[in-house]
Amino acid sequence: MANFSIATVFIASISLLFALSNSFSLENPTDRRILVLVDDLALKSSHSIFFSSLQTRGFELDFKLSDDPKIALQRYGQYLYDGLILFSPTIERFGGSLDVAAILDFVDSGKDLIVAADASASDLIRNIAAECGVDFDEDSSAVVIDHGSYAVSGTEGDHTLIAADDFIQSDVLLGTTKIEAPVLFKGIGHSLNPANSLARNNARVLFSGSLDLFSNKYEIFCSSSNHQCKRQGAQIITCNRYAKSGNQQFVTELSKWVFHERGHLKAVNVRHHRVGETDEPAIYRINDDLEYLVEIYEWSGSSWEPYVANDVQIQFYMMSPYVLKTMSTDKKGLYRTSFKVPDVYGVFQFKVEYQRLGYTSLSLAKQIPVRPFRHNEYERFIPTAFPYYGASFSTMAAFFIFSFVYLYSK
Amino acid sequence: MTWHHSKSQSQDLNSMMLQESSSVGQRETLSSKNQKYFLEEPEAPSLFPISVLDKSVMVSFRVGLKSSIMVRKSDALNGGSKSSLPPVNQPSSQSDLSSLSKHFSFRTLKLKTKQQELLIRVTILGLVYILAFITRLFSVLRYESMIHEFDPYFNYRTTLYLTEKGFYEFWNWFDSESWYPLGRIIGGTLYPGLMVTAAVIYWALKFLRFAVHIREVCVLTAPFFASNTTIVAYFFGKELWDSGAGLVAAALIAICPGYISRSVAGSYDNEGVAIFALLLTFYLFVKAVNTGSLAWSLASAFGYFYMVSAWGGYVFIINLLPLYVLVLLITGRYSMRLYVAYNCMYIVGMLLAMQIRFVGFQHVQSGEHMAAMGVFFLIQVFYFLDWVKHMLNDSKLFQAFLRIGVTCALGVGVVALGVGTASGYISPWTGRFYSLLDPTYAKDHIPIIASVSEHQPTAWSSFMFDFHILLFLFPAGLYFCFQQLSDATIFIVMYGLTSMYFAGVMVRLILVATPAVCLISAIAVSATLKNLTQLVRVESKPAHTVLAKGMNSTKSLSKQQASLDESASFLKKGAMVLLLGAYYLLSRYAIHCTWVTSEAYSSPSIVLAARGAHGQRVIFDDYREAYFWLQQNTPSDAKVMSWWDYGYQITAMGNRTVIVDNNTWNNTHIATVGRAMSSYEDEAYEIMRSLDVDYVLVVFGGVTGYSSDDINKFLWMVRIGGGVFPVIKEPDYLVNGEYRVDKGAAPKMYKLSYYRFGELTTEYGKPPGYDRARGVEIGNKDVKLEYLEEAFTTSNWIVRIYKVKPPSNRWEIYMDLVDESDGDYGYDCGAIQLDQATGNYKL
Repeated sequence: MANFSIATVFIASISLLFALSNSFSLENPTDRRILVLVDDLALKSSHSIFFSSLQTRGFELDFKLSDDPKIALQRYGQYLYDGLILFSPTIERFGGSLDVAAILDFVDSGKDLIVAADASASDLIRNIAAECGVDFDEDSSAVVIDHGSYAVSGTEGDHTLIAADDFIQSDVLLGTTKIEAPVLFKGIGHSLNPANSLARNNARVLFSGSLDLFSNKYEIFCSSSNHQCKRQGAQIITCNRYAKSGNQQFVTELSKWVFHERGHLKAVNVRHHRVGETDEPAIYRINDDLEYLVEIYEWSGSSWEPYVANDVQIQFYMMSPYVLKTMSTDKKGLYRTSFKVPDVYGVFQFKVEYQRLGYTSLSLAKQIPVRPFRHNEYERFIPTAFPYYGASFSTMAAFFIFSFVYLYSK
Repeated sequence: MTWHHSKSQSQDLNSMMLQESSSVGQRETLSSKNQKYFLEEPEAPSLFPISVLDKSVMVSFRVGLKSSIMVRKSDALNGGSKSSLPPVNQPSSQSDLSSLSKHFSFRTLKLKTKQQELLIRVTILGLVYILAFITRLFSVLRYESMIHEFDPYFNYRTTLYLTEKGFYEFWNWFDSESWYPLGRIIGGTLYPGLMVTAAVIYWALKFLRFAVHIREVCVLTAPFFASNTTIVAYFFGKELWDSGAGLVAAALIAICPGYISRSVAGSYDNEGVAIFALLLTFYLFVKAVNTGSLAWSLASAFGYFYMVSAWGGYVFIINLLPLYVLVLLITGRYSMRLYVAYNCMYIVGMLLAMQIRFVGFQHVQSGEHMAAMGVFFLIQVFYFLDWVKHMLNDSKLFQAFLRIGVTCALGVGVVALGVGTASGYISPWTGRFYSLLDPTYAKDHIPIIASVSEHQPTAWSSFMFDFHILLFLFPAGLYFCFQQLSDATIFIVMYGLTSMYFAGVMVRLILVATPAVCLISAIAVSATLKNLTQLVRVESKPAHTVLAKGMNSTKSLSKQQASLDESASFLKKGAMVLLLGAYYLLSRYAIHCTWVTSEAYSSPSIVLAARGAHGQRVIFDDYREAYFWLQQNTPSDAKVMSWWDYGYQITAMGNRTVIVDNNTWNNTHIATVGRAMSSYEDEAYEIMRSLDVDYVLVVFGGVTGYSSDDINKFLWMVRIGGGVFPVIKEPDYLVNGEYRVDKGAAPKMYKLSYYRFGELTTEYGKPPGYDRARGVEIGNKDVKLEYLEEAFTTSNWIVRIYKVKPPSNRWEIYMDLVDESDGDYGYDCGAIQLDQATGNYKL
């Protein structure tokens, strides 16, 4: 549960490989065109640090009021945008053709979504979250209060402005640079079913209970962090001071992840063959030795780099895995392993189920039948059968002699 | 007394006739060796050639009616057997031929009568041959040249594979398209006889430059073999009784509904050739027993091999033959002929049968085959004892030896069987075999066997339907057989009685009983008709013969005639009436058979026909529509789940992978499907996901009133599923012990059949959602599907195909379900507390 340390931010990352091609070109998976829906265009300036960090990274941001009657996500069946940012927590009804179903279709077709809510979150926003399995606090007046860990500016602190520095341990989500300063949060709580960990398609969705998380005003703030206070009652023991909150770094790194600048994997060149051969057979025989190869690359934001890991596993699967092996890599993206086909015939699958936090889920399945021996593939002369051979031949000889004696004696 | 007497009488007659025939100008012929000759009566050709001279009938009439059956198969090679029958009449044509050369002077006439007799016989046999074929073509005329039912589609598919890829590929065929994901070794789990037969016919036709499609060959294989069966029946009847009985048997079996039901054109199933093989094996074995010839016995072994390669029913042969041998041993009819016939047949037949992969070592390892082996050893012991007796020449010593010998042999046998069974080397009897011996066994223990309609106990009506008059001719034939017991008739009696028992246990085994019933009935018909015609002819004879024959015989005959005049004329009238009655019965039989064939047994069951409101014929071709849709609209590696009945058809016609099919080799797999079919949708979804199911196919007859649909089979799915998975309990699907689909239906109901059925009005004047197959208005008209979506429904709703949805992309919180279903589907509010417990944040 430590992963939920940032109370406000949860990321649902979901991927199914085949959905990839819909959302963006395989060659360049980073989103380009992003629609930003805001309640008030003033948000453009109040959150300008976040937006400008996106723009400097090459995104085309299209700002629209959320009740703009011309909003359309797609035209002629083609999506106009690769990503959607909903910074409009209070909107009850979108303008144009946009509604909950359209946004969900957008996500289901592999596009990415950032939703920020706050205490005034509308039913519409709540519905979107609910459809994605995130449940915002029902009570509209409720806010997150943490009397133990809150930000203080000067001497007095607002206990609803939370300062958190216990983040999810994932380089792919938050970047390799450690976020030193605590992240400030003010907004509503939400929850997620523990079972909702499944990866499905490749869409990346970010829900935040705090719109202010992204705003400029928390960028420069003094905060206190007092984790130790719990041990000794309500007394604050320590109060670290920071010149700057970690919000900017935090949201920038998260947006990099959401918009596929990081943690995006692709598996290509899946092939398998018998050891010593190169052609892929249509069917294997039991006890064949085979080799399985797959290449996995990670998108670095500008190019495909070999993905290096030591935990990519292959299953040889028929209702349950018969073989489960970790593949070795040559550090250039190629993973390979070889194993013996089990002594069981049937329709097997080569399965690679690679699901790591923050990374695209790789789910490869390739069907391959395994047949038993042909009638002429068994060993021809086995030593244990020698008594039988002896018996047959001695009987034949004896019969011959007997016939001879019977016919020609007398 | 009758036999010796009549023999002498007929010999007297022969000498008398020799004189006569020379004096009367060779109007009649006779062979010296055989006591049979033919009266030339071109003006009155009878349906069945009667190979007994009228005069000899008269003689026998005088000595007593009991001896009127003169024609008897002589036991030519009786040798040391205990048969007391002297050679009386020999109807065999070989001896005719040999006598033909001896009596060169009568050559012209002999040829003529011989030719006529032969001509009639061959013509009748030829007509029967053709009749057997064309009566099975009703299905082609009524529908089209197509493969019927379920199993034939598998046979057709494998035959296609065989003709396309060759024998070795077929032999080693591992089919990954059925029983997904287990697969099935087709080459090792089928009886290849039928496919190889059809392929050989196909290749032969191709070699002869007949460009036919393999389907046509498959469609016509069964009728062709039915025709061949009539020939075998003729020879068998001839071997058992006489050629008259043979002809009657051929005619009876040609149109007997019990056989036609499995051999109409298109019914491309193992039984089609297996009955031919069965009868052939029996015929050759009886021939071998009668002659003691190694060659016949060897031929019988090859017949057995063909039977083993064609059908699992060979177990009947391998149990009946030892039983027969045992009976002969017990009744003191042991002979060298029997010894030779059985040993050769058993050893060679067993070795040949082992070449069939599916059978393998069963002949030495399976409990069902142990009877044959036991009798094999027993007959060796018999032979050995015989030899010892011969050598000893001392009855006391032999008695002692016998006691010790028999005890030892029995002991060794019992110990061997016990050790074999205990060590698992000899497998116990299979469920099917048990269910034959104990008809209630399957019902209690193996629902998968009990669920098949053709495994049900036979109703009396179906006996009547399939046998008609044969049903009461059968006991009459048994009477005749018992009257003239010989090795051959003992065999047919045993075959008839055992197969009749099995026919009573399982409705499909009527098929096995049919040849025996036809043969025994043929004996009854032939013998009765012969007696009656003889009686009828007695009267007309004097007037006829007075002119034709010499003075002496005329005088003596007329004297006797006068004394018997009154009673004979009465008998004649009676005989005429009985004869007419017999012809009436036989014609009724023919009419019944034709009617049954045309109305009941020619339906392909894949295309359904019904009468419309105005009497017109309505064809429901929904099955093929659905399979064609599958073939055209689904990915080629799509997996289709259906109840196992439709597995073969889906793979053969739809060319898609199925989870289970009609080869019910894996009960667990079928039970898994049964469980999926009888679970709630979400539970079923889990099962279907684990089996990679893409489509679900159900058969539904509610719109058309087609009663053999999945809802009526549903309880079997529950039973079979529950047999393996105890979570499935039959009472959950019943309401007060009743199976209902209407308003009072149990909640767990077959949703797929009734999806959107509530919107449909099926019958005028009935509410929407009226199920015509069950005659009720369905209870739940608003069926909602969550994990499946309707993909295709055929025009008459008989087949409905649903697509299994992929798992939803997002984790959805089913707010509407949280209340009604104890939180299983829904979102769990405890998650917040869980997170709180970490102390990181709270609400």
